[in-house]
Amino acid sequence: MVNTRKVLTALALSAAAIVAAVCHAQAPDWKKIRIGVEGNYPPFSQIAPNGDLSGFDIDIANAICAQLKAECTLVKQEWDGMIPALNVKKFDAIVASMTISEERKKAVDFTDPYYDVRSRWVAKAGAFKDASPESLKGKKIAVIRNSPRAKFVADNYKGSDVLAVNKETDVYMELAAGRADVGFGSSVVSNEAFLKKPEGKGYAQVGPLVEVGGGLGVGIAIRKGDDALREKFNGALKAIMANGTYKKLADKYFDFDVTPAGAK
Amino acid sequence: MIDFSIIASSMPNFFAGLKVTLVLLVISLATGLVLSIPLGVARVSSNPWIAKPVWLYTYVIRGTPLLVQLFIIYYGFAQIEFIRNSAAWSLFREAWFCVWLAFAINTTAYTTEIIAGALRATPSGEVEAARSIGMSTFDMYRRILLPSALRRALPQYSNEAVGMMHATAIASTVTLVDLTRVARDVYANHLVTVESFGTVAVFYFVLTFSLIGLFRLAERRWLKHLRPQELSHVNEPMVHAK
Repeated sequence: MVNTRKVLTALALSAAAIVAAVCHAQAPDWKKIRIGVEGNYPPFSQIAPNGDLSGFDIDIANAICAQLKAECTLVKQEWDGMIPALNVKKFDAIVASMTISEERKKAVDFTDPYYDVRSRWVAKAGAFKDASPESLKGKKIAVIRNSPRAKFVADNYKGSDVLAVNKETDVYMELAAGRADVGFGSSVVSNEAFLKKPEGKGYAQVGPLVEVGGGLGVGIAIRKGDDALREKFNGALKAIMANGTYKKLADKYFDFDVTPAGAK
Repeated sequence: MIDFSIIASSMPNFFAGLKVTLVLLVISLATGLVLSIPLGVARVSSNPWIAKPVWLYTYVIRGTPLLVQLFIIYYGFAQIEFIRNSAAWSLFREAWFCVWLAFAINTTAYTTEIIAGALRATPSGEVEAARSIGMSTFDMYRRILLPSALRRALPQYSNEAVGMMHATAIASTVTLVDLTRVARDVYANHLVTVESFGTVAVFYFVLTFSLIGLFRLAERRWLKHLRPQELSHVNEPMVHAK
């Protein structure tokens, strides 16, 4: 009996020690930050065949960490589980071209926007005269699922079929394969990953660029209540925009201005 | 913390997903069963020109993941001009067709081996008896080998069927909205992890046990001769010979 009690006491003590250690490790001085990234959204984030991550999101994440003198780990996460993974603390922030939207704000907090681009309709050149719901009636629209763009299509193009794909690059793959008649994606990704490439030959933009996110831009998502981290990120963003780092990184990828409206 | 109101409002989506999962399962298993009976017979043929190609097919398919097979059919074939320009493209452009084809090819390979194994386990006396009364090979397969082999294959085949049911979740990777896809969408849109995947787990669990129940009924019917015999005279005093 005594032995059992000793064992139990020891167990309880070590459990308490573990709990204390875990809690201590998570004390948020933010010298160590884990950042969730995606990897299927060129040129914002992409994975080289050897597994290396690169892109504007990745560079911004690294620049912010350098600015904060924090030790950052990039964690690759599929788009689908991005916000849940943040909220169950698989990482502390999402730098994955996430458009700030009222719906997402219910689940997470956002920093100030770090870039802003609009959306683009893409189809075979000459296939559609414009991208109005009437023109696209009965046609199949490829769009990334669970996104503001998917919601925009569902709300405004009720007469069209939707091919909801799992990642942004699939929009163009399905379009090229002929499984969709028209694709709706980021103006930058559609350009970099498709229209500029040999696979995109014979395809063109349909109608003007579209603003779907309510003009809030793309921000870094953090867990609700991590205000200290948000302030750190906002400060770092301001700093890299002021000291020219942001422009240098943006110029690597874009030949147009992606600076969010509020920061211009 | 656990929020079931979201799950309740998503129930129609879960049931729509269940329908897709069930249809995929039924068409894949049905195709697999029809194809694997002749292939199983071919697999045990003494003629290597018949047996070896079937061996190669099951070897390759069982040696590669179903997900890879599906990606080759869905994404890979879409890149090949020759297929895109052929009449078959009207089929390959449909996600449904690609998934059905991949699932059928996969389950056929496994089922073929199950049937071939059951055929090999036929007691040699049964074959000798059939031969001794001058039965042709075709008649022997039809009357003796296949009926007993298919019976013997039932327990293993029930594993394959349950495995296939779980594998239908792979359809969610190529735009089909099956049970798993519904769960992932609910999870992505409402951010309720335990609730959405817990719910879908219950769906799969019920499906698994329904399938196992069906197979148990089938085994009770067709494998009756292998069950321990019930004693009908248990109340009579036993006579012990000493």
